[in-house]
Amino acid sequence: MTQHAWLMLGLYMLVLLVLAKPLGGYIADVMEGRKHLLSRVGAPFESLLYRLAGVDREKETGWLAYAMAVLLFSLLGVLFLYLLQRIQHGLPFNPQLMAAVSPDSSFNTAVSFVTNTNWQGYGGETTMSYLTQMLGLTVQNFLSAATGIVVAIALIRGFARHSSATIGNFWVDLTRVTLYILLPLSIVFALVLVSQGVIQNFAAYVDVQSLQGAQPQTLAMGPVASQEAIKMIGTNGGGFFNVNSAHPFENPTPLSNLLQMLSIFLIPAALTFTFGRMVGSSRQGWALLAAMSVLFVSLAMVTISAEQQGNPLLTNTGVDQSVSQSVSAGGSQPGGNMEGKEARFGIVDSALFATITTAASCGAVNSMHDSYTPLGGMIPMALMQLGEVVFGGVGSGLYGMLIFAILAVFIAGLMIGRTPEYQGKKIEAFEMKMVSVAILVTPLLVLIGTSVAVLLTDGRAGIFNPGAHGFSEVLYALSSAANNNGSAFAGLSANTPFYNLLLAVAMWFGRFGVIVPVLAIAGALAAKKRIAETSGTLPTHGPLFVALLIGTVLLVGLLNYVPALALGPMVEHLMLWPAQ
Amino acid sequence: MKNQIRPALSMFAMFTLITGLAYPLLVTGISQLAFPHQANGSLIMRDGKPLGSELIGQNFSDPQYFWGRPSATASVPYNAAASSGSNLGPLNPALKEAVEGRIKALRDADPANTAPIPVDLVTASASGLDPHISPAAAQWQLARVARVRGLSEAEVDKLIDAHTEKRQWGFLGESRVNVLALNMALDQVTHSEAQR
Repeated sequence: MTQHAWLMLGLYMLVLLVLAKPLGGYIADVMEGRKHLLSRVGAPFESLLYRLAGVDREKETGWLAYAMAVLLFSLLGVLFLYLLQRIQHGLPFNPQLMAAVSPDSSFNTAVSFVTNTNWQGYGGETTMSYLTQMLGLTVQNFLSAATGIVVAIALIRGFARHSSATIGNFWVDLTRVTLYILLPLSIVFALVLVSQGVIQNFAAYVDVQSLQGAQPQTLAMGPVASQEAIKMIGTNGGGFFNVNSAHPFENPTPLSNLLQMLSIFLIPAALTFTFGRMVGSSRQGWALLAAMSVLFVSLAMVTISAEQQGNPLLTNTGVDQSVSQSVSAGGSQPGGNMEGKEARFGIVDSALFATITTAASCGAVNSMHDSYTPLGGMIPMALMQLGEVVFGGVGSGLYGMLIFAILAVFIAGLMIGRTPEYQGKKIEAFEMKMVSVAILVTPLLVLIGTSVAVLLTDGRAGIFNPGAHGFSEVLYALSSAANNNGSAFAGLSANTPFYNLLLAVAMWFGRFGVIVPVLAIAGALAAKKRIAETSGTLPTHGPLFVALLIGTVLLVGLLNYVPALALGPMVEHLMLWPAQ
Repeated sequence: MKNQIRPALSMFAMFTLITGLAYPLLVTGISQLAFPHQANGSLIMRDGKPLGSELIGQNFSDPQYFWGRPSATASVPYNAAASSGSNLGPLNPALKEAVEGRIKALRDADPANTAPIPVDLVTASASGLDPHISPAAAQWQLARVARVRGLSEAEVDKLIDAHTEKRQWGFLGESRVNVLALNMALDQVTHSEAQR
């Protein structure tokens, strides 16, 4: 890694920490109904929403009712988003006269945005009307993010409460997250993005002459910034345009790029502080954040170095891939593997973005992952396969990591022969069954789904690149869908009935096959008594626990995925860099 | 379950209106007032008609202009109504073939230049609309552009310098040259010299 890469990575983590800590405290205040920055402005409006919806804010429910509310609300979202796409040609805000989206693509996209995956089989500027982008996709960017956060909060309550039959009121939680956290952040961020050059209008596409003249150009337009802001803050990742955050109208400057990278990790990092605050010990939150940070920084280093190495096959063609900052010796250039990357971002800001967007379950991209070097592309894939717990999605990252924390104390308990406990709660058979379901459901979807796809003609037909890389495209797609990431090795032609259906199934069960067991654990934990800490209790805030947690995450990930990775990126790496 | 149906329907309807209509309209309103130039695409006007955008690259193939990043957008390069990368994997023979084709085109336009070519000038950008090239990629084309236009190399070098954006705050992104802006400046210099 170059010195500049170290500087960038270090500053990124520092700024993230400075922003996330106060936000974490604020989220705790909001979710526990205390006074906060916006409570005076928002309170009358919040009460009005409850009155209109017939919600009694004092009435909490148990985990099963909470889960039913989540599922009902999500089903409603899928239905509405599906219909909206199917009839968009007859609705306003459609200056480009976009036609109705096909049934299979509409279904895939509806499930995709409701599950916070934001996998995109379509190209935004050639498919969606402005109304669909706003009233359909932007809405789900908010609501799916809010759903993830409230599930994490419910799980935290499971630890924080004792002898309680309830874990919260879904409607109240949803309203508070959306009104007090997601909306204000998005409004501010959207305006900052516009100042950088992100567009925000309802105009028809603009025809321009172009300087060379022979070939006029049509510039796609639209209300981009408002969608862009929540797309990053809610770790959704579904771009307004086909190439997502690589498009100069979505991500015009290195500063907008830095802010987008920060906004992906902002809420996931803040929630570790919220966790610490709500369970009454900030050190418990720091431990989770430390485990996430160690995993993230080490893997980011691999991606950046791999991309700076460049492509050895181009070395003898007369191409200069060396990193050069010297202005005198032929001018500065980013060097490295620049296929599928933008000049303003170069290697470092692209590879860092790729690592962040896959560590979190965001899935926005500012470079084309399909054109990455084998190792540079393997790290994003592996980060998704770890279960999106390295910061992870908003809410889903925290509840995913807490599931691993329970598994870690369980393994430690087995080793020392004591009943495992975490945050003063005994971990017993029911919790461990639910933990197993939550941890195993995504690898099953990924591995079975990939096998099905490569066995069937319909699945193989979508592959674009030959050889091991083609297999990686399919493995990446399933990993991305089941773990609700949404980024792609985009060469795969996924807008076919086969992939639209297969990936929709993976996204739905990858989301709710985890959320339901997580809520069940929340309910079971909340009902338990708190047990006193003794000298035999494993401390869950020190370096020992952080190491144990990292080990557990890596062990589960490696056991599940090394064989599959060996067939894809590992083989490709050996082919690209044969032994001399 | 039954008593959840009313909250579900009404919450969904209200939040659809708030986040899907009120929010984007509010952001559009403020943006159009505070940042009208950016919000409408940072357009460059010439004789009252839009010539292009400061942020979107254009296709240049004429030797008298600096060329931008290769573009992989469908049907024509730099199709700003359908952004796309190449998605070619590093081992795909089509990648090497494409790069070799671009090298040949660059060398044919300037046979005297045998220096190695900066990688960003022969690899497709992510968006297919990249407005920038690296300063090294501009330097590589300097001799060709100066010769075809009958300008001195020092003069063209000065233009490149003037259009080089350094890393933002010294560490963000990469140094870069906006190809459209540089080419417009070139046209202006050539035009005023012709008048002299």
